Amino acid sequence: MGRLKPNSFAYYRPNSVASALQCLATQPDAKILAGGQSLVPAMNFRLSRPACLIDINGIEALAHVEVCADKVVLGALVHHQQIHEHPSIRQHFPVLAEAAGEIGHLAIRNRGTLGGSLVHADPASELPAAMVALRAVMEVAGVDGTRRIPAAEFFVGWMTTALDTGEMLVSVHVPLSSSSVYGFAEFARRPGDFAYVGAFVERAANESGAVTWFGVSDKPEYRPMSALPRDAAARQAEWQQLAAKLEVLDEPRMRRKLAVVLAERAYQKVEEAKIG
Amino acid sequence: MAGKALKRMVKLDVNGTCYERELEPRDLLVHVLRDELGLTGTHIGCDTSQCGACTVLVDGEAVKSCTMLAVQAEGCSVTTVEGLGKMGALHPIQEGFWEEHGLQCGFCTPGVMMAAVGLLAQYREPTEEQIREGLEGVMCRCTGYQNIVRAVANAAERIKATESAEIQAAVAHVGERS
Ligand SMILES: Cc1cc2nc3c(=O)[nH]c(=O)nc-3n(C[C@H](O)[C@H](O)[C@H](O)COP(=O)(O)OP(=O)(O)OC[C@H]3O[C@@H](n4cnc5c(N)ncnc54)[C@H](O)[C@@H]3O)c2cc1C
Ligand code: FES
Ligand code: FES
Repeated sequence: MGRLKPNSFAYYRPNSVASALQCLATQPDAKILAGGQSLVPAMNFRLSRPACLIDINGIEALAHVEVCADKVVLGALVHHQQIHEHPSIRQHFPVLAEAAGEIGHLAIRNRGTLGGSLVHADPASELPAAMVALRAVMEVAGVDGTRRIPAAEFFVGWMTTALDTGEMLVSVHVPLSSSSVYGFAEFARRPGDFAYVGAFVERAANESGAVTWFGVSDKPEYRPMSALPRDAAARQAEWQQLAAKLEVLDEPRMRRKLAVVLAERAYQKVEEAKIG
Repeated sequence: MAGKALKRMVKLDVNGTCYERELEPRDLLVHVLRDELGLTGTHIGCDTSQCGACTVLVDGEAVKSCTMLAVQAEGCSVTTVEGLGKMGALHPIQEGFWEEHGLQCGFCTPGVMMAAVGLLAQYREPTEEQIREGLEGVMCRCTGYQNIVRAVANAAERIKATESAEIQAAVAHVGERS
């Protein structure tokens, strides 16, 4: 039949993490299906041809946002639009809520999930960089148990993560910080498109700071700064120096220039957030 | 938790009607709606999940039916453009498109209307900016979007007017009884 786009595959819909992991361990060439907003288009093109799909949308336990004393735990199935709208996320991590709102458009955000975005690890995507900037920790599970991986070590290269075969991402732990203020900015050709380049800037209480870029190289680029200059010219020089050392994917002049411009725009958001 | 590449019976609730069809897991929702259920109002405009012509509501939320497997819609309630209104009793969004001439060739229209209904469920009194942002996921090659934005604003006004009329009627009704 002409209408069938993806290759044929076996389909499982487990309702617990344990049975999903079991399935992942026993089925050859199996892939997890979350929001399907990257995987299904890739399968429609037959760029991806898994023999088996493990649909995790029935696993209730992965769909929650939990606010703890020192962190917020986001389940892998939390949707982009939920991140954008959730009152606790807006309160504690306004920059994360803002960045999630820039992903694609409403129909994509209604289905796309945090876990899917992080594991897909597109270098131009917002959430991986946000998690690096916020120093989040990934909780991944395999049949032998769970382990925790800091976001900065999770993204290892072009659409590649530290996840081992047979493992899945179950949640993301974002530490609460009362002392840091964050700003976010990105540039896309048209609204709803993947960003060309984006930046998260952090100002910590002790005048130190950090910038995390995405869309410049093959993964999020985190750069701590022992002092984040208040003086505009000094700050500009700092962005330029950091951007010059980035290993840029392509179009280096444009991407480095955008990196500088967007870091400054993100910094201006920090200033606005502090006043507001 | 059964899994096989072969066909299986799938129950789908579309526009309030329950359908049962034998489907493969790889059948996309959009193809099942069109080819199996004959609901050809939902269109296919691209290969890349970008155009939005296939937008339908799944449990009230706008989603792209070319990017969802039909088996995933089991247990959900799906609404397509055929489920919006009827001749003589159009949905406010259809009235809005009619009134403001929100279409030309009409190819994008079903998807745009479904995206708009999803948007109006989220924002009851959307600003022009919210309407434009909410329609980012649907492409129209004819209208230049101006009339589409007006049509959605018109629909929002209609929904508000109907609601306040209903509230007034309910208040009057309570008044009569007491
Ligand atoms: C038109 C369009 C525009 C878009 N624009 C943007 C954009 O601007 N910014 C952006 O960031 N993204 C964008 N996206 C992608 C979108 O954010 C996807 O939702 C996201 O990349 C993948 O999430 P998903 O839940 O849909 O995952 P899926 O597509 O279901 O899966 C993606 C990959 O992750 C794996 N996976 C999923 N969940 C898990 C898990 N819990 N554990 C282990 N592996 C897992 C899958 O096996 C697969 O390999 C866009 C997509 C489209 C179609
Ligand atoms: S057909 Fe174009 S987005 Fe679905
Ligand atoms: S009216 Fe022709 S594509 Fe929109």
